[in-house]
Amino acid sequence: MTEAAVLTAPRPPRRNVEAIMAGMPRRRAAERRFRLYGRLAIGLGLAFLVLLFASIVSNGYTAFWQTHVRLDIPLEAAALDPDGKRDPDALRRADYGGLVKQTLRGMFPDATGRSERIALYGLVSNGAAFEIRDRVLADPSLIGRTLSVWVPADDDVDMLMKGNLERAGPEKDRRLKDNQLRWIDQLAADGRLEKRFNVDFFTRGDSRDPELAGIWGAAVGSIYTLLVTLLLSFPLGVAAAVYLEEFAPRNRWTDLIEVNINNLAAVPSIVFGLLGLAVFINFFGLPRSAPVVGGLVLTLMTLPTIIIASRAALKSVPPSIREAALGIGASPQQAMMYHVLPLAMPGMLTGTIIGMAQALGETAPLLMIGMVAFIADIPGGALDPATALPVQIYLWADSPERAYVERTSAAIMMLLAFLIAMNLVAVLMRRRFEKRW
Amino acid sequence: MSAPLLIMLLLVLTSLAYQLGRKRAFAVAQGRLRTLHSLPSYYGLYVAIWCGLPALILLGVWVSFEDALITRLVVDALPDDVRNVGADRLTLVVNDIRNLVRGSIVSSTPDAAILAAADRYRGLQTISHAAMFVVAVAVAVVGAAMTLTRIRPHQRARNAVERILLWLLIACSMVAILTTVGIVLSVLFESIRFFQAVPVTEFLFGTEWSPQTAIRADQVGSSGAFGAVPLFAGTLLITVIAMLVAVPIGLMSAIYLSEYAGARLRAFAKPALEVLAGIPTVVYGFFAALMVAPFLRDNGAQIGLTIASESALAAGLVMGIMIIPFVSSLSDDVMNAVPQSLRDGAYGMGATQAETIRKVLFPAALPGIVGAVLLAVSRAVGETMIVVMAAGLAANLTANPFQAVTTVTVQIVTLLIGDQEFDSPKTLAAFALGLILFLVTLALNVVALYIVRKYREQYD
Repeated sequence: MTEAAVLTAPRPPRRNVEAIMAGMPRRRAAERRFRLYGRLAIGLGLAFLVLLFASIVSNGYTAFWQTHVRLDIPLEAAALDPDGKRDPDALRRADYGGLVKQTLRGMFPDATGRSERIALYGLVSNGAAFEIRDRVLADPSLIGRTLSVWVPADDDVDMLMKGNLERAGPEKDRRLKDNQLRWIDQLAADGRLEKRFNVDFFTRGDSRDPELAGIWGAAVGSIYTLLVTLLLSFPLGVAAAVYLEEFAPRNRWTDLIEVNINNLAAVPSIVFGLLGLAVFINFFGLPRSAPVVGGLVLTLMTLPTIIIASRAALKSVPPSIREAALGIGASPQQAMMYHVLPLAMPGMLTGTIIGMAQALGETAPLLMIGMVAFIADIPGGALDPATALPVQIYLWADSPERAYVERTSAAIMMLLAFLIAMNLVAVLMRRRFEKRW
Repeated sequence: MSAPLLIMLLLVLTSLAYQLGRKRAFAVAQGRLRTLHSLPSYYGLYVAIWCGLPALILLGVWVSFEDALITRLVVDALPDDVRNVGADRLTLVVNDIRNLVRGSIVSSTPDAAILAAADRYRGLQTISHAAMFVVAVAVAVVGAAMTLTRIRPHQRARNAVERILLWLLIACSMVAILTTVGIVLSVLFESIRFFQAVPVTEFLFGTEWSPQTAIRADQVGSSGAFGAVPLFAGTLLITVIAMLVAVPIGLMSAIYLSEYAGARLRAFAKPALEVLAGIPTVVYGFFAALMVAPFLRDNGAQIGLTIASESALAAGLVMGIMIIPFVSSLSDDVMNAVPQSLRDGAYGMGATQAETIRKVLFPAALPGIVGAVLLAVSRAVGETMIVVMAAGLAANLTANPFQAVTTVTVQIVTLLIGDQEFDSPKTLAAFALGLILFLVTLALNVVALYIVRKYREQYD
């Protein structure tokens, strides 16, 4: 009965406009919701970016300062140079570590017993002895005097001063024991502890001691790798782009090349690493861990980027330039070499810089070819074993010591600074040289 | 004489040849330059190319194969009892010999046979270097002399030079094909060797992965299990999580930026989002492992969830952030390609902007967006550093995002890092995984590009 009533009841006369207006609040709300989602998405994306940078900077900026201890080391001639000849070899072999320990014992006579003394020696970095040795070797006249020198403190002391280590809690869970804390407090009270600019971080290679670890070794490795990459990929990429854009006939063969280039741009970087391992190292017998191999692999990786950018640059040179050159009797290659290529060069260079920036940040293929070894020396050439900046970041991120966290972040800051600088140069070049024909 | 020095010498010879060729062209013209077919510099270039190019190519080939050839000769001359120790021991012997030659540390005290072999190696190397020097310089001089004496006024020097240059350009563009061939061959050969030890079906469908092959045959777990399903599942899980983050955020920000945002927001937000794509992946890995994973673990514990410190969630989340700009910039392009007339039509029918986007723009752009998402998936599948640093090594077969899983790329890295002998199934397994990775990403890219291209044709 009710069903029949509904069916037969006359509908209220409503005009279309009313029906539409009735739906409008809902639709407007949907519109607002949709916009909100969009804003939210952009906000989230930007928030991630800010979060990433903020967390890295806040973790890393402290690494640029390093806690140092001032020691007054009596450089006794009897201990360093018993012969009195100031022979550099003898001076190099002298027991500087013993001097440091002796000085520490003198400063804290309350440290008795073997374990206490070891705890005391642990406050100063192993690098202190080398620092003093270098000072003495540079100026042998110091011998016989007392050298007042700032040496790096151990990473635990450094972490404590930066507030990253707990003072409270049961002693056996702490990295620094009660007696060590007492000595540190006394040093601080004497003005013998100070945070100084961390020069070592910029000038040294990798080290097992966080307070001595620096990025220079990895940076030099990166420089050699990128140099090889640049020297190979720029001429190769430009030549390939010139051929494909200007001289290649349109046939199946050139289509194949183009498809190949596009696909290579999307092959995962680790596969290039496998190629490098199988071909360059196992087949051609190039040395493992060498920047040369890294450069070769990165060349193959960045080639697609450079070729695509160079082709776009060539395409943007108007045909009238070519035709004018041909019209006054230049051969097609002469028109290319002397007229089109110089005009396309800024665009090609921009593409190359962007490709280099990608190569600088690339890690995975370098792991494959053995550039992850622990290398403390600064590499002296493209054939020496080396790591690269991003690989160094990976290695440090894997290290358990708390002090490596800030160093990793600081290394990331340096890497990002380089990347930003490179991209900035690319953008500025594009602005400066971009021509509207 | 070392190779770099020889290259320098060849370069000097080449520039000398250029000068001589140019002078010769002036000489044969006898003062009437217009009788020359080409500019004098082309005659110089012609001579220079024939002087330098063959010699440099020869040098390259020589240096590439010298080492392998000498090793072969030395190994063949080893006494039988040293030589017949099996392939893996032989590589050790060869390494010892090479290290002796270089004067670095050897693994054991060398016996007389090895020392003799090292001497032989050194002798052969000296002979080879000397021969290389003589042959390369001879080729350079002969090449220059032959072309120099043949210079005539009517000789088409420019055409000859341009033909050679064109071939050089072709050779350069061939590098792309060579790279692909190199990838396929290197991965394929090692994979075939792997599949001789481990059946393909076990690799593709086995559910247990523990590649630790033992050193002795009687050790526990000496067999090693190479069932890659847990790796595929782990890769899939992390990729899905990454896509759940990247697709909504990337797509919505692309829509907002291209349809709603004013010029100022667009000019700021678009490059800012693209910065996310330029950050090296190792930085994301660090962020995931040291910030996101502990954050998730601690907060999960507070609300009663047990989240592993190397959870799939942390790696997937951060990978999603990395992929946002890929999705957004690709779908931005696609949506800008939708003609304005479609939007105008929808507005004319009284649709709101959101309705136009959802009901008209989005369906029209869908194939392109699918293509973009597929490209992003291929990027996520091949991504290495984030998962190496933030995902685990344990091959768990699970769909629980709070647990640790491992991926194909993580296993490739862990199998190949450090010194490995090249014949064990353990190392070869990395290449088999690489083959799968290459094929999957290739297929994803081909399909994505096909979809995108197919769609673009509709409005052109």
